[in-house]
Amino acid sequence: MNILVVGLSHKTAPVSIRERVAFPPTAMEKPLHEMRALPSINEAVIVSTCNRVELYATSNQPDVGIHQLKSFFASYHGMDLEELESHLYDYQGADAIRHVFRVAASLDSMVIGEPQILGQIKTSYGYAVDFKTVGLILNRFLHKAFSVAKRVRTETNIAGNAVSVSFAAVELARKIFGTLDGKKILLIGAGEMCELAARHFLNNGASSITVTNRTFDRAQKLADEFQGRALPFEEFTESLHQADIVLTSTGAPNFILTEPKVQEVIRKRKNKPMLFIDIAVPRDIDPKVNKIDNVYLYDVDDLQGVIQANLKGRQKEAKKAEQLIEQEIGKFHDWLSSLDVKPTIVQLRRRLQEIQQVELAKTFGNLQNLGAKEKKAIEAMTNAIINKVLHRPTCILKGGHGGEPGDNFVDPVRVLFDLPAISADDDMRSLETTGD
Amino acid sequence: MIMNVLFFKITLLIYFVSTVLYLLTVIRQRETAERLGFWVLTGGFVVHCITLVVRYVESGYAPLTNLHESLSFFAWALVGIFLLVELRYRMAVLGAFACSLALAAMIISGISPKEVNELNPMLDSWWLPVHVTLAFLGNAIFAVSFGAAVMYLLQERMLKSKKFTAFYHRLPSLEALDDLNYKCLSFGFPAMTMGIISGAVWAEAAWGTYWSWDPKQTWALITWFLYAALLHGRLNVGWRGRRAAILAIIAFLCLFFTYLGVNLLLPGLHNFNALEGM
Repeated sequence: MNILVVGLSHKTAPVSIRERVAFPPTAMEKPLHEMRALPSINEAVIVSTCNRVELYATSNQPDVGIHQLKSFFASYHGMDLEELESHLYDYQGADAIRHVFRVAASLDSMVIGEPQILGQIKTSYGYAVDFKTVGLILNRFLHKAFSVAKRVRTETNIAGNAVSVSFAAVELARKIFGTLDGKKILLIGAGEMCELAARHFLNNGASSITVTNRTFDRAQKLADEFQGRALPFEEFTESLHQADIVLTSTGAPNFILTEPKVQEVIRKRKNKPMLFIDIAVPRDIDPKVNKIDNVYLYDVDDLQGVIQANLKGRQKEAKKAEQLIEQEIGKFHDWLSSLDVKPTIVQLRRRLQEIQQVELAKTFGNLQNLGAKEKKAIEAMTNAIINKVLHRPTCILKGGHGGEPGDNFVDPVRVLFDLPAISADDDMRSLETTGD
Repeated sequence: MIMNVLFFKITLLIYFVSTVLYLLTVIRQRETAERLGFWVLTGGFVVHCITLVVRYVESGYAPLTNLHESLSFFAWALVGIFLLVELRYRMAVLGAFACSLALAAMIISGISPKEVNELNPMLDSWWLPVHVTLAFLGNAIFAVSFGAAVMYLLQERMLKSKKFTAFYHRLPSLEALDDLNYKCLSFGFPAMTMGIISGAVWAEAAWGTYWSWDPKQTWALITWFLYAALLHGRLNVGWRGRRAAILAIIAFLCLFFTYLGVNLLLPGLHNFNALEGM
């Protein structure tokens, strides 16, 4: 049994292609069933996000399977395969496992370490569960991928430092103030960026938000949203000294805060530190303000600089994550290769023969005066029992049962008879020759 | 007689290990190393306490009279203060600094003559432990505040210039460092003040004069004025952050000179050798 991956991502396809092959989340049943119905495909999962569209499947004929998946991918969206082919990648076996683990751990994301992708794969898997297109292998596989992603997240610092403007601002504030608990925020201007940043500050413990804007109504509206206070624009400088963190994003053509003004404010605050985040272009705050003691001013470019540095840090962490994933691939691959029908039948027979040998030795030990003839008869009888017991399981493993393929019974059988996992290095041929 | 030296060597070794652990924490960012470093250092501190007690028993007087004893006691106070700080603030970088400083003091102490000499009769007074303990408590606390101030300035510069090195993520917040600096000042200053006063009272008892403008006294007074100015600035003028950190650094350098520079460079009553010759 082989795991297959066919798909495209932001790395191989422009958005003009990605948007044409996306699967809308509201209509997943049809594509999942059609994919599952492909003759070479046993299980199906479709992951569709704005940065990637991928098909995960299992198949006994990997090469045929990949071809059918590609054709399905193109024809489902009414495209020619030739047009799509150059954007598609495909993986099987260990490469497929590696790819999905990397995607889930956010190593393949546009922003390395971003957390959304894991949730998106979970949702996609949820559809496949709802529409019953996943079985034993993809179930186990995706759960493994989720736990690998979690391990990567906790054991490396891949999601450690902020890579968005608003998180970078929160992180800076933490570096200055230690904790954000009880800190007061002043929003000057009601831009979208400011609003987002303010929300992050509130979520991280800031106590209150005051909003001021040239049109008072908008300030009031935004203040209501944050359960804060609105301030007429003309009056904000008077209460500036009460704010610990100031976010500005007005459309003003000139500086609305100058060095002497902030100097005055900081004196009024007895030098308690202040953080100014100026997201406006053109800038709202005179850059000279940064020279004042205990005042820290960051504009958009400064924040971008912080983000770039953090991204570099994430790339370093990603290297650690890759190593971690390699370990996990080995483990999963071992489990997967033990799922093949043939070695399972061989192992099952061997397991029963082991029991037979032990019990025979015990019985013969107790019954000392048995002749060679009697011993032979008892052996033949126990052989017959083994064959009878094994007949039905062997048939089902080989030919399937109740519409389910034999592969699906491999794992239950292995659990019931406690068969040890076959490691990938084991010589499978030696098993085959001794068995059948 | 040899017991205290044996314990001293064990202490030195443990301090070495904890210094390595704390440096590892800072360089490689390993949290386990930090926790381990803390417990190893705590163990070293306990052994150090035993060292001091054993030396006291073996010599019969408070072991605070020569360079060996003095530096060992300073390291002991520094480690003790740092452990207290670490309980509350968890600052691995400060640990690397405090451990290195304590280790350096221990090494110099280790290569200084360690024999127990006959106690100079002039020092044979219970003012000796009182005066020296208070003074050294102040020294150790101000050493911690010096470390915090350096860390503050490093980080402040990075935040202002917006150029961050890998070190940036290992530093505690500015607020925590400034707070630590202030706490150190508010405990270190009374200790130092009482150290000076107890010294003056002892001087009156021993030599009949409170103040004789001995170089140590003069420098201690200069240092005291610097810290007094810093405390005043913080309490009444609203100094904090960078300015307070710079002054804490200057004052500590002055204190450092008062402690070692005066003894080693200038002749006077506090000179270890001078006392022996009297």
